Amino acid sequence: MTIAAVQSNPAPAILPGSGGMRGALSDLFWRRPKLLLLLMLLPPVLWLGIVYIGSLFALLAQSFFSIDEFSGLINREFTLKTYGDLFQAANLDIILRTVTMAALVTLASAIVAFPIAYYAARYARGRWKALFYLGVMLPLWSSYLVKIYAWKLILAKEGILTWLLAKLHLLWLLDAWLSLPIVGGNSLSVSFTGTFIVFVYVWLPFMILPVQAALERVPGNLVEASSDLGASPGQTFRNVLFPLALPGIVAGSIFTFSLTLGDYIIPQIIGTSRLFIGQAVYSQQGTAGNIPLAAAFTVVPIVIMGFYLWGAKRMGAFDAL
Amino acid sequence: MCANSPSFDPATELTGPMTSAVSFKQVSRHFGSVRAVDAVDLDIVPGEFFAMLGPSGSGKTTCLRLIAGFEQPTAGSISIFGERAEGVPPYRRNVNTVFQDYALFPHLNVLDNVAYGLMVKGVGKAERLKAAEEALSLVRLPGYGTRRPSQLSGGQRQRVALARALVNQPKVLLLDEPLGALDLKLRENMQEELKSLQKVLGITFVFVTHDQGEALSMADRVAVFNDGRIMQVGSPEDIYQRPKTRFVADFVGSSNVLPPDFVQRYSGQHRWGSLRPESIRVSSAASGDGVAARLVGTNYLGATTRLALDANGLMLHAVVPAGTSLPAEGEAVLLTFNRESLHLMDEPA
Repeated sequence: MTIAAVQSNPAPAILPGSGGMRGALSDLFWRRPKLLLLLMLLPPVLWLGIVYIGSLFALLAQSFFSIDEFSGLINREFTLKTYGDLFQAANLDIILRTVTMAALVTLASAIVAFPIAYYAARYARGRWKALFYLGVMLPLWSSYLVKIYAWKLILAKEGILTWLLAKLHLLWLLDAWLSLPIVGGNSLSVSFTGTFIVFVYVWLPFMILPVQAALERVPGNLVEASSDLGASPGQTFRNVLFPLALPGIVAGSIFTFSLTLGDYIIPQIIGTSRLFIGQAVYSQQGTAGNIPLAAAFTVVPIVIMGFYLWGAKRMGAFDAL
Repeated sequence: MCANSPSFDPATELTGPMTSAVSFKQVSRHFGSVRAVDAVDLDIVPGEFFAMLGPSGSGKTTCLRLIAGFEQPTAGSISIFGERAEGVPPYRRNVNTVFQDYALFPHLNVLDNVAYGLMVKGVGKAERLKAAEEALSLVRLPGYGTRRPSQLSGGQRQRVALARALVNQPKVLLLDEPLGALDLKLRENMQEELKSLQKVLGITFVFVTHDQGEALSMADRVAVFNDGRIMQVGSPEDIYQRPKTRFVADFVGSSNVLPPDFVQRYSGQHRWGSLRPESIRVSSAASGDGVAARLVGTNYLGATTRLALDANGLMLHAVVPAGTSLPAEGEAVLLTFNRESLHLMDEPA
C-alpha cells in the first residue's frame, strides 16, 4: 500500500460521538467505574447478607433460647441453659467422635491426594491431564446418595470386598480388623472404618484439586535448585515441595474437615448407630423438636473451623499465598 | 600452561599432569529425534572462566545441565575432576548452578535461601547462618538476610542466587545466562563483579550466554556452539580475530564474511574470509586502489557509526568512529583495509 492510497481514504473523526443510549451508558460507567462496581455487587451482597448470613444468625440466635421440657415449647428468652445441655457427656462424645473422624479423614485425604496431585501437576500433559481432571471430577457429577449406597454394597458382608479378600485368602485380615474395638463391627458397612473409607472417597476431589493447583504454581526449577544444592529427593520434598504445597493442603483440608464435620447422611447409611454432629442436629430439630439444642450443635463446627483457620494461619500456611 | 594462550589445545592439556575440571568425550544428548548435544568433546581447565556461547537452541544450556546432572548423556562420557559423572544425581555432585531466573525459594528468607545447601548437608544452624552471612557479604548484600526474595530487585536476587551457590564451595560453578534479565548498566557491573569474584575465589566458572560481548569480555576461553556441536574453542582474541567458520565469524561480532572469489583477489587463496567491520576504512575518493562500493545506510550507535555498504552486490558493514566525516547515502565510496586484517577461515570453499 502506498502513502497515496492511505491518504485517499476519508479521514475518521478525531472524537466520534457516543451514539445513542447504550453508548451514553458505557461512557457513564467509564467515567464512574465505582457505579458499575456497585451495580454488579449489589445483588450478590444482598443475597449473601440477608438470605445467607441473616438466616445463619437467626439460627445462632435460637441457640440462646431454651426449650420447656414439659410443654416442648420454645422459651424465647436469653439463656445459656442450652449450651449447658450441649456440654453433657453424651453430647461431648458426639463432638469428640466427629472431630476425630474429620481429622482422620483430612489426614488420609491429604496422604492419598498428594501423589495424585503431584503426578497431575508435574508429569501429566495433554490427554493425560484431561483424563486426570475427568477421573477426579467424574464422581462429583453423579448423585451423592447413589455413591454412598454403592459403597454400602461394596462394604457389606456379602459385598465385593469380602469376596475379593476371600479369593486372596486374606479374609482373616478383615476379620482381625473388624474384631478390634471402636473401628470394628459386624461388617465394614456397619463400622466406623466403613464410614471413614466412604468419607475419604467422597471428599477426596476437594483435596486433590487445591493441592494440584498449589503444586502447579511451584516452578520446576525450584526442585532442580534444591537438588543442585545437595538435597536428596526426600529433603526436597520436606523443605521445598511440602511447604509450598501447604497452602493447597490447608485449602483442601478446610473442605474435607468442615464437610465431614457437618455431614449427616454418610454416617447414617454407613456406620454404627452412634451419632455424629450432623445427625445430632438432624434428630434434635426433627424428631426431638429441640431447635435451640440443634442450633447450639451447629455452632460447634463453626467454632472448631474458626480455631482451625486461626491455627493454620499461625502455622504460616497462608504465608506462601 | 596458560588458558589464555592462543595455541592452547585441550589435547595436549590432557597429557599433562592436570586433570580437567570438566571433560566431555563424544557426549550426545538426544531428545527423540532432536540432537540437542551431538558428539561434543570438551575440556575445561581447573580455575578458568569458561564461556559457552551460541544462539538459543544451540545446545549450550543442555551441556550445562549435563554437567549439573539434570540431564544424562544419551552417549559418551562426562568426568568432573577425573571422576565419571554419568548416573550420578545432581545432589551428589560438588557442582552448583546459578539459574537463569534465579530459582530462589519463595518461602524462605534470603539467609535461609543461602544457607539451604549447608542445611541439607546437616551443618549446624549457627555455623551455616554465619557462613551464609559471609557469602552475602561476598556478593555485597550484607544485612539483607531477613528479607524475602520477593522484596528484592532483579540484581539483588541475582547476587543471592550467586551467594547460595558459592556458600557450598563448589569445585565448578555453573551459570546459566545469569545476567539475561538485568538491564544494561546492571549487567555491565555484574560482569565485572563476576570476573573479579572468579579471580579471587579461583573456582572454575562455566558461563552460558548468547551475548558475544559478554562472553568475550568475561571469559578466559570461549566455546562457540551451533546445532548441538562446538564450532570453535579458544581465547576471546582467537574467536574474534581468527574465526574458523563462517558461523563463528558471523555470530561473534558480526564480521563481514567474504566469499572465496573475493578473497582470492586480495590474498591469492580460494578460501572463505572474514573481515572485521572496524578494519574497513571508508573514503569518498572516486577511484584508487581499493574496493568500489556504494554507501546504502548509516546507523548511528553513539561512540561509533555503522555503515551498510554495497560493493557490487556484496553487502558489507563497516564501523567508523563517531565524528568521521561521511559521504551522503547513495554516494560512491572507496573501501580499503590492511591485508593482515583479512582472516582466512578453515572452512572449505
